[in-house]
Amino acid sequence: MKMGKRSKAVRFNKWGYIFLIPFLVTFVVFQLIPLISTIVYSFFEYYRAGLKVVGPNFLGLQNYIKLFSDADIWKYTGNTLIIWLMGFVPQIIVSLLIAAWFSDPSLRLKGQRFFKTVIYLPNLIMAAAFAMLFFMLFSKGGPVNSILVNSGIFAEAYTFLDHVWPTRILIAFMNFLMWFGNTTILLMAGMMGIDTSLFEAAQVDGATSTQIFFRVTLPLLKPILLYVMITSLIGGLQMFDVPQILTGDASPNNTSRTLIMFLNNNLYSKNYGMGGAISVYLFVMTGILSLLVFKFTNGKKK
Amino acid sequence: MKKKVLSVLLAATMLTGILAGCGNGATTDQGGAGTSDAGTTDAGTTDAGSTDAGAADAGAAAGEGAVLNIYTWNTEFMNRLTDHYPGYTKGSDNTETDENGNLKGTVEGKIGDITVKFNITPSKDNAYQNNLDEALLGQESAAADDKVDIFLVEADYALKYVNSDYSMAVKDLGITDADIADQYKYTQDVVTDSNGVLKGLSWQGCPGVMFYNREAAKEVFGSDDPAAVQEKVKDWAAFNATAKELHDAGYSIVTSAADTYRTYSNNVSSPWVVDGKINIDENLMNWVNDSKALVDAGYIGTSELWSADWSKGFFPDGKVFAYFGPAWLVNFSMSADTEGSIGYNGGWGATEGPQGFFWGGTWICAATGTDNVATIKDIMLQLTCNPEIMKEIVIKDDDFVNNKPTMEAMAQDTSYSSKVLGGQNPLAMYCAGVNDLDLSNLSDYDQACNEEFQKAMLDYMKGNVDLDTAKENFFKAVVTKHPDLTY
Repeated sequence: MKMGKRSKAVRFNKWGYIFLIPFLVTFVVFQLIPLISTIVYSFFEYYRAGLKVVGPNFLGLQNYIKLFSDADIWKYTGNTLIIWLMGFVPQIIVSLLIAAWFSDPSLRLKGQRFFKTVIYLPNLIMAAAFAMLFFMLFSKGGPVNSILVNSGIFAEAYTFLDHVWPTRILIAFMNFLMWFGNTTILLMAGMMGIDTSLFEAAQVDGATSTQIFFRVTLPLLKPILLYVMITSLIGGLQMFDVPQILTGDASPNNTSRTLIMFLNNNLYSKNYGMGGAISVYLFVMTGILSLLVFKFTNGKKK
Repeated sequence: MKKKVLSVLLAATMLTGILAGCGNGATTDQGGAGTSDAGTTDAGTTDAGSTDAGAADAGAAAGEGAVLNIYTWNTEFMNRLTDHYPGYTKGSDNTETDENGNLKGTVEGKIGDITVKFNITPSKDNAYQNNLDEALLGQESAAADDKVDIFLVEADYALKYVNSDYSMAVKDLGITDADIADQYKYTQDVVTDSNGVLKGLSWQGCPGVMFYNREAAKEVFGSDDPAAVQEKVKDWAAFNATAKELHDAGYSIVTSAADTYRTYSNNVSSPWVVDGKINIDENLMNWVNDSKALVDAGYIGTSELWSADWSKGFFPDGKVFAYFGPAWLVNFSMSADTEGSIGYNGGWGATEGPQGFFWGGTWICAATGTDNVATIKDIMLQLTCNPEIMKEIVIKDDDFVNNKPTMEAMAQDTSYSSKVLGGQNPLAMYCAGVNDLDLSNLSDYDQACNEEFQKAMLDYMKGNVDLDTAKENFFKAVVTKHPDLTY
């Protein structure tokens, strides 16, 4: 009887769980099981030699030892972080600036909607198409070189994609172009959520707009800023399509090969062992860096 | 100032749009031999009377599986079968064009009572091989009508399948040595496994020659006669000396170091992999050293094949003297139908060049476990051994077919000439180049090795890395792709 009485409340709760089932099943099948099997396979020798499947044979930490004893993994980690930072730093600065201008009621900028749409547009283009476009633009016989040579700035065509820094700058610039609109919109949403009376109070107290920005806007924007930084970090570490298509294969001298491009090469022969080890490394590194960002941004409060 | 910047930007955008269009046009042809003639499918042209179609059908019908599954990456083989195989009728077409402009999906047809099902997956990003690998690995457990019966392969990765148990020996299909005696030896080398067993056949040969710009030849050498030009490029020493002569006259002998790669790599004396260890053949190092010298001197560039920079020489303004390639390159891929191009005006000439080589080609393999042995045997015999059908293919599709007597007869035929080559009949040259081509030094790993070697060495030629680093990069890239190798 007791159970019967309680069951009314339980019956309603039940629907909550039932509605969760589709998500849970999808999560377990497509995320959790692959995640666990990736970690498990990273301890195995498991690949294809032609059409023959080799393994899975348990190797212990062999894959990790092989991975970290080679200097390449550090080189690719460095490439990824450098290119990400080169795109992210200007991105966050420009986004903050634009968001501050757009959300500043005293400026009353005209055509805001138009500009919001325009800065978001690059994000709608497929990264692969965008990279192809830049590849054409900056190729030796491409329009950029024609313009530079014909206007007399360069004596002869410059092969942008055969040089380390021009290549990296191009990749970073494309990432910047694709993502600064998205960041701006997020930051603007955060800024508009700030109580306007705080700005007014600061103005009454005689604060300059620079002071308002650094002393009022930024501290209150922290949660959104944190979100932007961490999602961008994760996205940056997973950088793949733009450098892959722009450089073909990480030329010159592998200086534009990112971690995911390296992972992709390992999957050529379905090497789940080494692929798993790289993925676990990425997973751990993403976790540590996210924690660092989190600590760094939140620590100041104390 | 701002206005200037804006106008420059706008101009750049427009140019990109235009150039992007050109780029796509040039790259869609890279799928392989004769891929461009997709429009020629016409069931009406099948001449059933020319061969013993009735006998073929009767033989195929007895005890055969109901579905013949064919795995392929484009419509080339399908078109050959549709146009030339006696008794083939067209059925439904369920293909669509993917984002790269390649066709994918299935096409059905009929041979007698058997449904022929083409399963088309584009080659890009290894998609074709990935799909085929999964199908073959599941071959044993698949239902009889879903089993792979025929799959097609290209030379670069043929051995991966040929050296496995998933492909059938041609002998086991009932095809004898006498049946295939007229084929070119190299086409059989490509699909012969490590025990010397032949496991596939091709209807075409893709011997390459050197196509030279006739105008440039007249201007620099005073003659555009193939024999005179051949004297200038008869071996690599002569070729390199001529590069300077052409450079002084304002021409590049070829666009890029990548142009000559196949010619060197088809003439190696050792395979890429020996006892599980990566091996760089002497002739490949010759390619590296010769090309490095030419690049350093500024005689040639380092652009990739099919890039916009590479294809600029299809037009007179590109100032390129020569391209290395087989018939399909000059016929379909060098802008021959664009007004103003060298090909449009019949401005190319063909000569043998320093060494013989081939480029492209499609091989037919029978999958182990097929239930359509008799049909596969007949398809192979009709398309790759029947001289009458093969002659039809030459005339209709401009293929260079895999039949020595047919090609040698056509080479003597004065009525056959190529418009793109200014009326020259180049078949004799193709025949000469392909006759003594020896491809016994192929390995299972050629695709990855050839790709990575060119990438790494082009990096060296550009001066980005020294030779040792380039080699190291090459070794590492191959070992990443093939963990079972060492260096």
